[in-house]
Amino acid sequence: MQFYRSHVLVCAGTNCALKGSRAVREALAAEVARAGLADEVRVVETGCFGLCEQGPTVVIYPEGVLYCRVTAADVPEIVGEHLLKGRTVPRLMYRGSVPKAVQTIPELSYFKKQTRLVLRNCGAIDPESIDEYIGRGGYRALGKAVTMMKPDEVIAAVKASGLRGRGGAAFPTGLKWEFARRAKGEVKYVVCNADEGEPGTFKDRLLLEGDPHQLLEAMAICGYAIGAHRGFIYIRGEYALSIERLQRAIAWAREYGLLGPDIFGSGFAFDIELRIGAGAYVCGEETALFESLEGGRGEPRIKPPYPTDAGLFDMPTVINNVETFANIPLIIDNGAEWFRSFGTEKSPGTKVFTLTGDIVNAGLIEVPMGMTLREIIYDIGGGIPGGRQFKMAQTGGTSGGCIPAGMLDVPMDYDSLAAAGTALGSGALLIMDDSHCIVDIARCFAKFFVHESCGKCAPCREGTLRLYEIVDKIARGEATLADLGLLEELSQMMYRAPLCALGQTAPVPLMTTLRWYRDEYLAHIVDKTCPTGTCRVLMAGSKKAAN
Amino acid sequence: MAVDQTCACEEALRRAREIAARHRGEEGPLMPTLHEVQRQVKYLSPAVLAEIAEQLALPLSKVYATATFYTLFNTRQKGRYIIRVCESAPCHLGGAERLVEELKQLLGIAVGETTADGMFTLETASCLGVCGVAPAVMINDEVYGNLRPGDLARLLGDCRRRAEKGV
Repeated sequence: MQFYRSHVLVCAGTNCALKGSRAVREALAAEVARAGLADEVRVVETGCFGLCEQGPTVVIYPEGVLYCRVTAADVPEIVGEHLLKGRTVPRLMYRGSVPKAVQTIPELSYFKKQTRLVLRNCGAIDPESIDEYIGRGGYRALGKAVTMMKPDEVIAAVKASGLRGRGGAAFPTGLKWEFARRAKGEVKYVVCNADEGEPGTFKDRLLLEGDPHQLLEAMAICGYAIGAHRGFIYIRGEYALSIERLQRAIAWAREYGLLGPDIFGSGFAFDIELRIGAGAYVCGEETALFESLEGGRGEPRIKPPYPTDAGLFDMPTVINNVETFANIPLIIDNGAEWFRSFGTEKSPGTKVFTLTGDIVNAGLIEVPMGMTLREIIYDIGGGIPGGRQFKMAQTGGTSGGCIPAGMLDVPMDYDSLAAAGTALGSGALLIMDDSHCIVDIARCFAKFFVHESCGKCAPCREGTLRLYEIVDKIARGEATLADLGLLEELSQMMYRAPLCALGQTAPVPLMTTLRWYRDEYLAHIVDKTCPTGTCRVLMAGSKKAAN
Repeated sequence: MAVDQTCACEEALRRAREIAARHRGEEGPLMPTLHEVQRQVKYLSPAVLAEIAEQLALPLSKVYATATFYTLFNTRQKGRYIIRVCESAPCHLGGAERLVEELKQLLGIAVGETTADGMFTLETASCLGVCGVAPAVMINDEVYGNLRPGDLARLLGDCRRRAEKGV
């Protein structure tokens, strides 16, 4: 085995790749070779490291020195100084809000406050190498499950862990598996919902790019537990790199006998097929996803029957989100007690969040359930850029509710957020500073649902359009107080009448913004002004009046 | 290399037939077939859809219903480059509306239209899933993020140059 004195890890997650990480990696490889270090220094392309805002990022081990916003032009200096002379390059180190450049990863408060369990391999291994995954304990849990545990014991462990669905619905995973195991059916399926469409969410993409084998291992464990031999991963059509990585990972797992007819010599057979979506947000709804997989329009079914009784091809099916599955190998490997040592009593474990909007460290983080929003935004996220004030956070993506500054200390777990009138959802966290208009962003939310409503049920098809029309009218300064009443009445109907969660959550962002920022709505309706100067029609009007 | 088909050119139909026949017998063969055929023949014309329906023994209405449901399937001829501007909330905060306006001006078309030379189609997308580099646009399969005013003119120029070179 080749021994290297230094490993240079270049993040190749989508966000860093879009900022030019490939050119950086190529330049590093060339420069390392030119300096005659090719036998001593290994350049590795890894998955997402999380600090997307600072990308492209490069980490050099064993020191753990982090370089940010690296370009190909910086490479000769990194190789010449760091790798040849053993001196760091301070100008490329993370600064954030601290005066002195931060040298190493353990010193960064961004990482100190995180607990990276499902992200433990992201940015640490070469995601195209099954050996590196195995080297970090990968496939051990699958081996343990199929050779040392009975299916019921696997289910008992998942139940005892208290793991709840990370896609947004928070349903207890172990219970779901138990239902599917008990359901009658010759053929059963395991489906992974990787149709990540919630705006502001890109955790599944980066998990799949950074650690694809983790998902395959978990799905095989699930198949063993419920008695299924086939699995499908339904992934967004836009996720080109994730698709490529998964295809390669599936091929390697088959090659190693970790998927296929006789896993670990146990006689248990399981295989996985990748299916690609084609751009429909509603397919993230589980029954719509089944419809799509079967070759139809992605229109939700009426429930019950639930997927565990009649899911894909009307067979008992477990469908879980990528992040939910990612927790499974850890639980099987380390036990339910260990898992429960993270997070809260009712929401054990960690949660992956994607930070977007007006925040210094936009990117991907993982923290124990129950950490406050304030800690996430200020300690990990680095606060609001440009010296502006925090105005609002939206949790759970466009279908989620909004939280005002007065509630920054809310613990981020399922039950605390439900009590606050919003939801943890998929883990999207959109941060807005005080330069943005509430009505303007509400209109953006409303427009999204008009476009994504599948059209199957009238309350959603018509309701989403009417919600948008009213908010648009408010933004234009053409609404009256009666319109506001209509918006509230319509929203009450929308909470209940639509067939699926898409329609039912469409009014949530509108009603929560109205609850906390009613003044701003009234300014548009009564005073015909936009306090932040965002709504252009109103601003044009007020300028005319001033002239 | 995708074939340039007008509507029912023989080559397009032949490829559709071949691909659909290969997927016949799979569980849920329609979506993978539509994806693969579109990659080969650019857009899913009525004649192509009819060919797929016949090969998979599905009613044409079912194939048409599915093909028209998804934004990534093209049932009409579009430009050589399809520009999709992300309109999600993170991109909206990052100035996506300005990007749409700038593109409309640069291309002289409205959203949903194709330029007269057949080069560009302008569309909006609900979310491209690259919120970490908002605001973003996707041109065919490539994503471009952190866009600032002026970047778009350069991107369009790159597309035109690539088209001239025939790549």
